[in-house]
Amino acid sequence: MEKRNYFSGVGHALKSLTIGLKTSIKVFFEHDETEQYPENRKTLHFSDRNRFCLEMIHNERNEHHCVACGLCQMACPNGSIHVYSEMVETPDGKKKRQLVKYEYNLGQCMFCNLCVRACPHDAIRFNQDFENAVFDKSKLIMQLNHPGSHLEEKPKPAPAPRPAAPAQPAAQSAAAPAKPAVAPAKPVAQATEAKADAAQPKAASTASPAQAVKPAAETPSVKPASEAASPASEDINKES
Amino acid sequence: MFDFTTVSTWFHSLLTGVMPEWLAIGIECLIVLLFIIILYATLAIILIYAERKICAFFQCRIGPNRVGKWGVLQVFADVLKMLTKEIIKMRQSDRLLHDMAPYFVLVASFLTFSCIPWNKGLEILDFNVGAFFFISVSGIGVIGILLAGWASHSKYPMIGAMRSGAQLISYELSIGMTMLVVILLNGSMQLSEIVQQQADYGWNIVRGHVPAVLAFLIYLVAGNAECNRGPFDLPEAESELTAGYHTEYSGMHFGFFYLAEYLNLFICGAMAATIFLGGWAPFYIQGADGFNSVMAAIPGFVWFFAKAFFVVFLLMWIRWTFPRLRIDQLLTLEWKYLMPLSMINIVLMALVVCFGLTIN
Repeated sequence: MEKRNYFSGVGHALKSLTIGLKTSIKVFFEHDETEQYPENRKTLHFSDRNRFCLEMIHNERNEHHCVACGLCQMACPNGSIHVYSEMVETPDGKKKRQLVKYEYNLGQCMFCNLCVRACPHDAIRFNQDFENAVFDKSKLIMQLNHPGSHLEEKPKPAPAPRPAAPAQPAAQSAAAPAKPAVAPAKPVAQATEAKADAAQPKAASTASPAQAVKPAAETPSVKPASEAASPASEDINKES
Repeated sequence: MFDFTTVSTWFHSLLTGVMPEWLAIGIECLIVLLFIIILYATLAIILIYAERKICAFFQCRIGPNRVGKWGVLQVFADVLKMLTKEIIKMRQSDRLLHDMAPYFVLVASFLTFSCIPWNKGLEILDFNVGAFFFISVSGIGVIGILLAGWASHSKYPMIGAMRSGAQLISYELSIGMTMLVVILLNGSMQLSEIVQQQADYGWNIVRGHVPAVLAFLIYLVAGNAECNRGPFDLPEAESELTAGYHTEYSGMHFGFFYLAEYLNLFICGAMAATIFLGGWAPFYIQGADGFNSVMAAIPGFVWFFAKAFFVVFLLMWIRWTFPRLRIDQLLTLEWKYLMPLSMINIVLMALVVCFGLTIN
């Protein structure tokens, strides 16, 4: 601290005290910060970065993105996620892993967000529902996939030369590691198909070019994965 | 300006008409006692509520708002809670002194409270050494605090009480000297006379200009210290001493300390209003007769309370702005800064009065 003589010390003190008083009287007339919680439920606003409860993103057709790969379960340091899946055979003879039950234990979750980061399909996210208090511990164990929901069918890109790839940047980046295994022996059309349908790399590699092209022709609208997140699936913990 | 003595003399003659004088005076004393107690309690409730609200606003909060509209019933709930709490008796404490201490503080507070001139002709204790009496009875409070610390037989109350003793005795000097400045200016120690002069010649803070403003500022600092309020709340520094001298008190005994603290705040504000801001004297501007007649229409006690609460607000503003001082800083402030300043101030005021430099 700077050494001051008697009189300049008095002057300095008066100056700094005045600054303090000015600041506090300014605050006095400012808007109060207090949130009156139960009354202001309607207007309560949280930062988007708040993480309160895990939810699975469902669109309005009750479809989610989870392919039951189990990466989130492996990423979870607390073991609060359990993914139950089964192998089913699709009508066209492919074997496919399907989500049965996505179990999430809120009581064990430490909201580290590792599961969300691990998910290759953006199927889960943390939401803003903070009123998670319950009287029974067992109620904290939730099933995140809605009853009757199923995997959103990825629209297949048209077999046309290249332009299909840039339309789905998210899916492309997710499929990147799968690409070299599939691409070399196949024609161009199938390689792009493998990129787009990253969820089923095995199915894509076994399918013949003609089969791969067919569903793409039926669903011409191409949707980015991020857009599929729908408002229909917001109250996830009402389920439990 | 309405003179309250007309009411009191009329009431006195009414009583003496039907009963002997000693009985009449006895009844009047009882009425005055009731008046003091009711006013004391009411002001305490208002002040505690105001403190909590103002403190909240200074901290960007809302303050009490659950009990009653805007939380106005919060204080009543607190009083009820405090009344129903058990008064703890400790084995090691000096029971007699321990139980007596809160009453010392309360009595000091009541006595100073009685000195205040509320309105023209409405004073309870008013005699020719009023200001002197005021200073001396306010010193009784220190005994209460020291007793509380001593009789609790516990280290924190003891430290708090010792700090409090050092602090109150030191700052009493500044209070006394600022009062001397006013007494010099008005040439009287009678509080009603001081106010009357201000009604006639203008408020002391204007009339005495530089030395009076200086004295007012010193009074604010010293007054805050006398009330044991932040930034001078070392005697009860909760982070170091839990609650200081009243750590070992519970229930209504603690309530008395609490009550006295808030009333001392009001008394401090009221005394500043009385000796500097003109007490019940309305605000006059020389020459503006229409304005002056409007001001004169407002009753004196309204003026008095407005000024007193203004000073109380200033004290709260100070309290909720500055961090607490260390004990050495506290004593340095008094003995090295305020004391010399108030001494110079007395000389300055003496010169001003001597050469007739007052603004009339």
